[in-house]
Amino acid sequence: MKKKRSVWSSYLVKLFSLIIFISSLTFADNQISPEVKTRSEAAAHEKAASVFENLLNQFKEGDFSQKIAVIKQITRLNDKRTRLVFERLVHDRLFYAKDATQRIYSAETTPGGYRLTDVISGQNIGEVSQGSVAKIKINNRLRKTLRTSLAQLDMSVKDPDIRLKAVKSIGNVLNEDTVKFLRTILPTETDYDVRTAIKASLAMVDLHADDLNVRLEAIKSLSVTLDPEFNTELKELLEKDSAGNYLEQDPQIIEAATNAIKKIESRVSFYEHLQTLFFGLSLGSVLVLAAIGLAITFGVMGVINMAHGELIMLGAYTTYVVQLLMPNHIDIFLFIAIPAAFAVSGLFGILIERGVIRFLYGRPLETLLATFGISLLLQQLVRTVFSPLNRSVTTPSWMSGSLEINSVLTLTLNRLYIIGFTLLVFLMLLAVLKKTRLGLEVRAVAQNRSMAKAMGIKTEWVDAMTFGLGSGIAGVAGVALSQLTNVGPNLGQAYIIDSFMVVVFGGVGNLWGAMISGLSLGLANKFLEPYAGAVLAKILVLLFIILFIQKRPRGLFPQKGRAAEG
Amino acid sequence: MFITKILQDDLSGKIFLAVLAAVIMLVPLFNLLVPASSLFHLPTYTVTLFGKYLSYALLALAVDMVWGYCGILTLGHGAFFALGGYAMGMYLMRQIGDRGVYGNPVLPDFMLFLDWQELPWYWHGFDQFWFAIIMVVLAPGLLAYVFGWLAFRSRVTGVYLSIITQAMTYALLLAFFRNEMGFGGNNGLTDFKDILGFNLQSDNVRVIIFMMTAFALAGGYLACRVVVSSKLGRVVIALRDTESRTRFIGYKVELFKLWIFVFSAVMAGIAGALYVPQVGIINPGEFSPLNSIELVIWVAVGGRCTLYGAVVGAVLVNFGKSFFTAALPEVWLFALGALFILVTLFLPYGLVGLLRPKRRSV
Repeated sequence: MKKKRSVWSSYLVKLFSLIIFISSLTFADNQISPEVKTRSEAAAHEKAASVFENLLNQFKEGDFSQKIAVIKQITRLNDKRTRLVFERLVHDRLFYAKDATQRIYSAETTPGGYRLTDVISGQNIGEVSQGSVAKIKINNRLRKTLRTSLAQLDMSVKDPDIRLKAVKSIGNVLNEDTVKFLRTILPTETDYDVRTAIKASLAMVDLHADDLNVRLEAIKSLSVTLDPEFNTELKELLEKDSAGNYLEQDPQIIEAATNAIKKIESRVSFYEHLQTLFFGLSLGSVLVLAAIGLAITFGVMGVINMAHGELIMLGAYTTYVVQLLMPNHIDIFLFIAIPAAFAVSGLFGILIERGVIRFLYGRPLETLLATFGISLLLQQLVRTVFSPLNRSVTTPSWMSGSLEINSVLTLTLNRLYIIGFTLLVFLMLLAVLKKTRLGLEVRAVAQNRSMAKAMGIKTEWVDAMTFGLGSGIAGVAGVALSQLTNVGPNLGQAYIIDSFMVVVFGGVGNLWGAMISGLSLGLANKFLEPYAGAVLAKILVLLFIILFIQKRPRGLFPQKGRAAEG
Repeated sequence: MFITKILQDDLSGKIFLAVLAAVIMLVPLFNLLVPASSLFHLPTYTVTLFGKYLSYALLALAVDMVWGYCGILTLGHGAFFALGGYAMGMYLMRQIGDRGVYGNPVLPDFMLFLDWQELPWYWHGFDQFWFAIIMVVLAPGLLAYVFGWLAFRSRVTGVYLSIITQAMTYALLLAFFRNEMGFGGNNGLTDFKDILGFNLQSDNVRVIIFMMTAFALAGGYLACRVVVSSKLGRVVIALRDTESRTRFIGYKVELFKLWIFVFSAVMAGIAGALYVPQVGIINPGEFSPLNSIELVIWVAVGGRCTLYGAVVGAVLVNFGKSFFTAALPEVWLFALGALFILVTLFLPYGLVGLLRPKRRSV
């Protein structure tokens, strides 16, 4: 054990020194750059700037192929204003004055005409009438060239993500110029992903070169990509004629291509499995979140709460109301909604416990019926108050979007957050049950009610609190669900049977059981889906649980001792 | 003779059967013989509606057998009802013959719509009425047998059992929603034309089906009565109250439970088969867990463990449902929800419990 720890710490030290090293590098980079600007270079800069202005003026006249030549020349100049000019031009927002100055402006449409900005000096000119300026005309071929040029400009940006995107957009238009450009930047590129992408784009061309080694090298660099586009290119190499013979003559190429495709496919299927794993975990964590409150009330009090789903729904509606109340704080309203939903559902839970359930202790089947009645009441209440239509809750910007690992594996952020959120809720609940006075009393009552009572625990109060806690967690689950689906009166019903399955499968009164069974049911569902389809997968999981209960009537992790009898 | 022997000590049963007999005689009278212009004329629509209530009542009897007498709270009895209904629906579907939209003499419309070439194997035989009747009994009975054998053998009891019965009907709901199952998917089976060669829409046939349902209900009541007053019935009540003691005395508890469960499932299946020709449609919605829970409340409202209480509950709740959903649709779920709560809290013996002095505990 000790030895292991020391190995870990040495790794940590290495990691730290690496980070410091890297940060010092970037720091040094900042230090050097001002020194480079010697006087002669500044003069060259000035000259280049005037060349830039001259070239820019040529946009006004000339046919499209001349304009393309100009664009290429401007790109090579590396002037700071190039990006702005190209971006304006590609969006049809570059104009020139019809008066004698003939200066070039970037223009915004206003009700009266255009608001102009001088692209060369950056000066704001103000509004002019429509007739005083003319648009610089471009066509689609020009736009394509402009986009490629913009991408080339992007290649000098520090952020590797932007560079990667740029490589991809250049890769879509492979011609003599772009290939040449890619070849020149490849040796200086430092980022691994960008290098791979550049190599792959170049390989698309090299694949059809004459030299055998160049071709093999190209196949090799394509084999590390996952992009389906590259994969089809490789597959085209293996096309056969009608007689079943390869069109490709060289056996070495055929072998290399076959291997490369195999390699790609095995990696694709690996990432697809990872993706399924992610979906499964995400579904599983939703199930855990929905079921964990039930596990508490069911486990501790032996009470089946059929209204649990509706408590989830109330949490979701609370989120909706909070969102309506603070329309200008979309990014933070969830942080208000979580405690609010906990409070609303928790209060409803305590109300249900005090009003109905406490009269029915010891009669679990009657409790089931009465709470089902409550669920109908709550559903209709929501229908009457909010209308039967579904409401949608907005997703804050920091939760929307996705994490694109590669072209096969994409993790949506909201699901990622919900997995984390489930873990957080789970850990907090564990802490409450293990570390607080309430938790101690709850566990005591769950294990032996009459003994706990004899020791002076107010079991009635504990019951109410436990029910409130379980219901509050249901409300919190509702907040999470509002980020995944629409909020409607039937939201709870959709989850109630699934949550029961989770609790029954995991074993009553066991938080870890609920966690493990929820996750495994989610995973089972998602891994069966590709083979059986969504509905059949669900049926199979249900059947499995029904059969499983026969084998282990008290779930995966049954309660032991006296509490188990009852 | 036989009937009087069964009803020897059963005053409420006598009253119940007398009322039912009166209904059987009066309803056709007021529907067929009283002219339509008369105030006392009973429209055929109402006859069919009553017929629907009576098939629900038969279903409620079935639930009362397992819940009231055997103590198993089943939340999946709707599944047996629906299976019986589907068996009947398949027969009626085959009776359409070439009068469907596509005019194929063998394949029902929905199969042609899905571009199926031939009849699936499990549809064979359903063109015969006797075969369909056998399946009405066999399909729910077999499911109940397999499910009950698995569940009771491993001593799954209480809320666990309730939840897995719910899982069962939920799984069937999902399965029947699939088009690939060959049961009409989402839309189910509908557009029936005739039964045994008689037009389903005609007044005479509707009244006869109504009378059949009433007879089935009477028969079901008598059968249940025989079972619960027999020695077997007494063992079942004993195991409901203290299961382990009954087991220690030497009875094979799981066999008794299984027997009652299958018996009840078959009754539910017959109820379903009578229900379908009257409402003219069977779809996967009948499998929904909500339906199954609702029929438990019929029994609870009427009063469990009395048999006739279940009938009273089923008729009253469904009458209320028809009335409220038409007059005040907003109120219906409130009323139903409140009914669940109030009955469990304040009326443990149901409505019929109000009528008689509290003698024995349920």
